[in-house]
Amino acid sequence: MDLNFTPEEESFRAEVRAFLAAELPADLRDKVNLGRRLRKDDWLRWQKILYRRGWGAGMWPQRYGGAGWSVVQQHIFDEEGAAAGAPPQIPFSLRMVAPVLMTFGNAAQQNYYLPRIISGEDWWCQGYSEPGSGSDLASLRTSAVRQGDRYLVNGQKTWNTLGQYADWIFCLVRTSSEARPQQGISFLLIDMKSPGVSVKPIITIDGEREINDIFFENVEVPVQNLVGEENKGWTYAKFLLGHERTNNAGIGNCKRNLQRLKRIATAQPSNGRPLSEDPRFRERIAQVELELMALEITNLRVLSAEAGAAHAPGPEASILKIKGSEIIQQLAELQMQALGHDALISVPEALELDWSPPRLLADHYPEYAPPLSGQYFNQRKTTIYAGSTEIQKNIIAKLILGL
Amino acid sequence: MDFRYSEEQLALQDTLRRFIARDYDFERRRALARSPLGFSAEAWDQYAELGLLALPLPEQFGGLGGNGVDIMAIMETIGQGLLLEPYLTTVVLCGGLIRDAASEAVRQSILPQIAAGKLKIALAAYEAAGRYDLAHVGCAAAGYGDAWTLSGRKAVVLDAPSADCFLVSARVAGQVAEADGISLFLVPRDAPGLTLFAYPTQSGARAADLQLHDVVVGPDAVIGLPGRALAIVERAVDSAIAALCAEAVGIVSALNEASLNYLKTRKQFGVPIGAFQALQHRMAEMIIAAEQARSMAIIAAVQVDAADAAKRRRAISGAKAYVGQAARFVGQQAVQLHGAMGVIDDIVISHYFKRLTMINMSLGDADFHLGRFSEQSAHAQASTVSL
Repeated sequence: MDLNFTPEEESFRAEVRAFLAAELPADLRDKVNLGRRLRKDDWLRWQKILYRRGWGAGMWPQRYGGAGWSVVQQHIFDEEGAAAGAPPQIPFSLRMVAPVLMTFGNAAQQNYYLPRIISGEDWWCQGYSEPGSGSDLASLRTSAVRQGDRYLVNGQKTWNTLGQYADWIFCLVRTSSEARPQQGISFLLIDMKSPGVSVKPIITIDGEREINDIFFENVEVPVQNLVGEENKGWTYAKFLLGHERTNNAGIGNCKRNLQRLKRIATAQPSNGRPLSEDPRFRERIAQVELELMALEITNLRVLSAEAGAAHAPGPEASILKIKGSEIIQQLAELQMQALGHDALISVPEALELDWSPPRLLADHYPEYAPPLSGQYFNQRKTTIYAGSTEIQKNIIAKLILGL
Repeated sequence: MDFRYSEEQLALQDTLRRFIARDYDFERRRALARSPLGFSAEAWDQYAELGLLALPLPEQFGGLGGNGVDIMAIMETIGQGLLLEPYLTTVVLCGGLIRDAASEAVRQSILPQIAAGKLKIALAAYEAAGRYDLAHVGCAAAGYGDAWTLSGRKAVVLDAPSADCFLVSARVAGQVAEADGISLFLVPRDAPGLTLFAYPTQSGARAADLQLHDVVVGPDAVIGLPGRALAIVERAVDSAIAALCAEAVGIVSALNEASLNYLKTRKQFGVPIGAFQALQHRMAEMIIAAEQARSMAIIAAVQVDAADAAKRRRAISGAKAYVGQAARFVGQQAVQLHGAMGVIDDIVISHYFKRLTMINMSLGDADFHLGRFSEQSAHAQASTVSL
């Protein structure tokens, strides 16, 4: 048993750290660290900086322009990026549709889409959930009917994250209703500019625009946009879910939030002393810190087993998803709670970097305060999306425990 | 980075498992727990033969020079077998303390005897009013010439009834609960003035309260620096805590295996009860708790050898608190999933549960260690949380 990173991994960490110090724009860093709004340009700017460094897609194989990192290198990169205040990369493109294209797409699809993803030219979003198909995704009804060299797509996708920015959407569509629901699903790539595609925002619990309904009305999609074989989409979707959960422990993000929580608890007054000296609050921090300590090692155990076996994480990824989502929720909750009654204040314009508080508010509403309540509300999503905690427990019961 | 046990560690575990399967099944263990000694003297000899008693001791004293991960591998298996022998106290706690803190002469006279299975030692460090505070030492040591006279009481000394001698903390200066002024003495079992009040523990082991009435020991009985022994006791207790975490992880795995098997075989309403989602989800939570607890036990096993005392203590307290909580959850739920089968003496589940509970209550419970961890952690600025 050896918990040390290798000298090569340590020097990679140093390289990442130096790169971040030199190349991460200060305004992006401040937005991330202070929880201010990120816009499309912010995400893409960072992707383009990474691309120029050759790190546009760390874990992609080099033949697709990736850096060919090991899982441990990717982990180090994620951890350092989170600590430095780098925005996360757009997962829908890099970690979701791209591995599907590499594994099941044809050469033409790979050659066209992958370079545009890694360079930050195209933004992808995910078309999975529908109003009647959430956890029971295989019941989806958005239809794609073959007409010559085109599919005619009709239906509605929902809970679509950041689709307002997207150039492309990868969709699960129904191409057959004859056999089991899982067997009539296809994986289709749709240009968001196609006539008949409309995007309608859904305002989330924190008042922000993060997700959308997407409607398809007689949208014509060329058949060459089908990935793999018709009616095999469910297999590809399950493959993708395995990749989606790879980083679901979110260790780096949790660590950044833990450090921020400690800083806030040290800065917030409570009976004339720092809140961090209140034993009750201190022990609540300690409790979530312990969960995170354990999860960091559990995550590394999964990663190092994965590195040895050279496969995407199996059902044990469900353990990481469950714990990682619970931890980030607890960290968000404690950060809000640290504010005391300042948590009540709702000032949407305070989420812009150039906002400064009016004089009366300034003496008790520090710059870390504005996003915290909204983040608490927002983070309730983490135990719901990408397979809810309950679905993850079903997966564990079935695939690990054989129940 | 590698989280696997080495070939040697796996072989050692395998040997011990085969011994358990052959000589230490559940019925045998129950009989031993009820016997006057409370464990198996033959098993102790076997452990000596297998090299288990020599494992963490230095090679020049007949040891094998093992580290915290070696102990983890053994303790995990000891947990699975619910072994009753005083391995933790004699080898890990007292053997480790003497290895780290005693003079060359004491090491020379004691450690080879431990490795050979000829000597058992117990640590008498806690007192009734002190709860889990090792600095709470009311037992007094007065110097006369170059001899010491010890008087006072020690509470719940684990494995005391079978011990050949004791490591006793006693105060040479200062007030009760002061960190300074504590010395540690090696006291033979037959020292005049030493009385034992022995009893079984809830998990089938043995313990005793000690009363010392003008017990006289010579200058060579002092272990470590006079008046400065708290740190060496704490370090030894920390290594015992890491070992307990590993033992708990072994039991948690065994309980999960048993519970899963029960869910698959026990039928009600015409189906295996594992078909019910409420129980599937509970079992999933137990598996998650086990994996997380194992990760914390790994941290403890690796950090227990750390030179930096603050770093070590933070890891150890964090692990004891977390493993304690996870063990409580898995233990209680294993009993629950087994229904009435979980609350009878005839089946191993209740014995595992009791041992887990007693591990939690030993050397500082989860609340105690959560408090200690949180005091050290509030302002920590580690870039890496665990290591």
